[in-house]
Amino acid sequence: MTAPVLDVRDLKVTFSTREGLVTAVDGVSFSVDAGEVMGLVGESGSGKSVTGLAVLGLIDPPGRIAAGSITVKGRELVGLPEKALQKVRGKDVAMIFQDPMTTLNPVLRIDTQMIEAIRAHEAVSEKAARERARDALAKVGIPSPDERLSAYPNQFSGGMRQRVAIATALLNRPAVLVADEPTTALDVTIQAQILAEVQKLCAETGTALVWITHDLSVIAGLADKVAVMYAGRVVEEGMVADVLERPIHPYTAGLIGSVPSRNKRGRPLAQIPGMTPQLSKLPPGCPFAPRCFNATEPCHGIRPERTPYPGGRAARCHNPLNVPAADAARELAP
Amino acid sequence: MLVYLIRRIGQSLLVIAVMAFLVFLAVYAVGDPVAILANPEANQAELDAIAARLGLDRPIWEQFGIFVWNALQGDLGTSFVYSESALKVIIERLPATMELAFVALLLSILIGVPLGVIAGLKPDSLVGRSIMSTSILGFSLPNFWIGLMLILLFAVELRWLPASGRGETVEVLGVHLSMFTWNGLSHLLLPAITLALYKSSLVIRIAQAGTREVMLQDYVRFARAKGLSSRRIVFVHVLKNMLIPVVTVLGLELGSMIAFAVVTETVFSYPGMGKLLIDSINRLDRPIVVAYLMLTVFIFVIINLVVDLLYAAIDPRVRLSEAKG
Repeated sequence: MTAPVLDVRDLKVTFSTREGLVTAVDGVSFSVDAGEVMGLVGESGSGKSVTGLAVLGLIDPPGRIAAGSITVKGRELVGLPEKALQKVRGKDVAMIFQDPMTTLNPVLRIDTQMIEAIRAHEAVSEKAARERARDALAKVGIPSPDERLSAYPNQFSGGMRQRVAIATALLNRPAVLVADEPTTALDVTIQAQILAEVQKLCAETGTALVWITHDLSVIAGLADKVAVMYAGRVVEEGMVADVLERPIHPYTAGLIGSVPSRNKRGRPLAQIPGMTPQLSKLPPGCPFAPRCFNATEPCHGIRPERTPYPGGRAARCHNPLNVPAADAARELAP
Repeated sequence: MLVYLIRRIGQSLLVIAVMAFLVFLAVYAVGDPVAILANPEANQAELDAIAARLGLDRPIWEQFGIFVWNALQGDLGTSFVYSESALKVIIERLPATMELAFVALLLSILIGVPLGVIAGLKPDSLVGRSIMSTSILGFSLPNFWIGLMLILLFAVELRWLPASGRGETVEVLGVHLSMFTWNGLSHLLLPAITLALYKSSLVIRIAQAGTREVMLQDYVRFARAKGLSSRRIVFVHVLKNMLIPVVTVLGLELGSMIAFAVVTETVFSYPGMGKLLIDSINRLDRPIVVAYLMLTVFIFVIINLVVDLLYAAIDPRVRLSEAKG
């Protein structure tokens, strides 16, 4: 088996705030192979975006990576000086963001913003870079890319801007692309187009894709595997089909239950009661216990450890809902 | 763009017309210039003769009508004191004030923008904090006091620079300018610094706030995610966005520097328009005051127009929305 392209081990990100040290990401581990798509799912404040930024070394003070390791193509990124990180960003690891209306600089033309991304990493002529930028725009389905290159971002719609951002991020054929909810701000129809586009491009170039979202239905159609985050921890991980069909953690089950679908028409949607906990005031036990329908005595006192299950799955729960049978695992991995 | 320009010029003309009306009314409500101009022993007949010569015996609406008619032909009245075209008297002083304002503007940009950007990039560092606290001083110290202190230090104690007046001039394109001679520049430096100190503090604060705000924008984060160097991010991505508010404020400030450098010009006995205005108010030389105010309005209108056009040059969003509208 080849080594994964992106490997995150025991990542811990802390922010020093007025209320003391807050751990936004606590012991997160995952790995993604070339061409593989991993979904990182969670509510707002679960630490999924911070995890994404950490992969690019974009955690700014007062935040910092307190512990753990992030390797891309076998190279350790944690602890690299800023200059070295600049060479990695946009070249080996790229990122696209949630709001396409604000990701592009409003006062610079598209060609400026794309060409600088190429020339930051390669000594190519302005003309060659421009040609590559044009081809990239054509590839993400932007009509008459030659003209559009000399346009300003405000002359594009939201969906078009996100395409430009995706084209820009993929200019240098990065090994890893971190996508932080890039379709959340878009219309559903555009959403589906962008999803298909990114999936196709990443498959073509063998780019490992980390798709951060709060939307399980997006993950269902896109990702190979999934990690569910809650209060800075991965509470459940596994192959998408397994996790969505037989969730181990009650939180995952709650997320699945709150997705509207045709099968549940007419019935009230299941909700997870309560709110995500404040990271500075986490309960001593399982952070999800106060909202959990299945919580028992130990849940409030003892923090559950990561427990591996057959089929390459794992969860942090004292009262797992579905325990995958060992024989099922044997079928999967003979 | 052309439609935009025409509409903006139309607005400007309206502003000038309204201001002409207000200025004329206001100035004619103050004092009786005949009493000041005439010999103290003059009798009523002589006073009436002076009033008739200056056109002050007619009803005010008629005087206004004559004023507007003449103004449209480029004549803003004849100075009671100098017996010369009021506009000509002012225009003679204009280059002195203009070059003072431009040198001060240049200084405040050269000082203010770099310091503001540094303070904005590192708001919590010692350097950033020092710059911001020092800028408060520049704000709060009164102009005339700074002028006097600079004279004391550089002219009286160190004897490096002259304390007052305007230096040698050379004629450039028919205008007498002193900023191209060493002697002229040395006379210009102290009043320009006095004017620029306040403005550069203002620029520092706007540039700092702008830089901090822009640094938090998604597009800066995306630029970093592309792997750009910090230098390129600051000089290309941040600077251009940050300059938008700076240009607005500096445009307005340039107008006020040209029109109201009154205190500074008086402290340094600098023969510019500001000093002329003070003298003319004291002598109730109405045509000069009216002409001065009209010229000021005109300058402000022009500067605002230029600022709006500059805006469109920096910010493509302005261009597009105005073209649609």
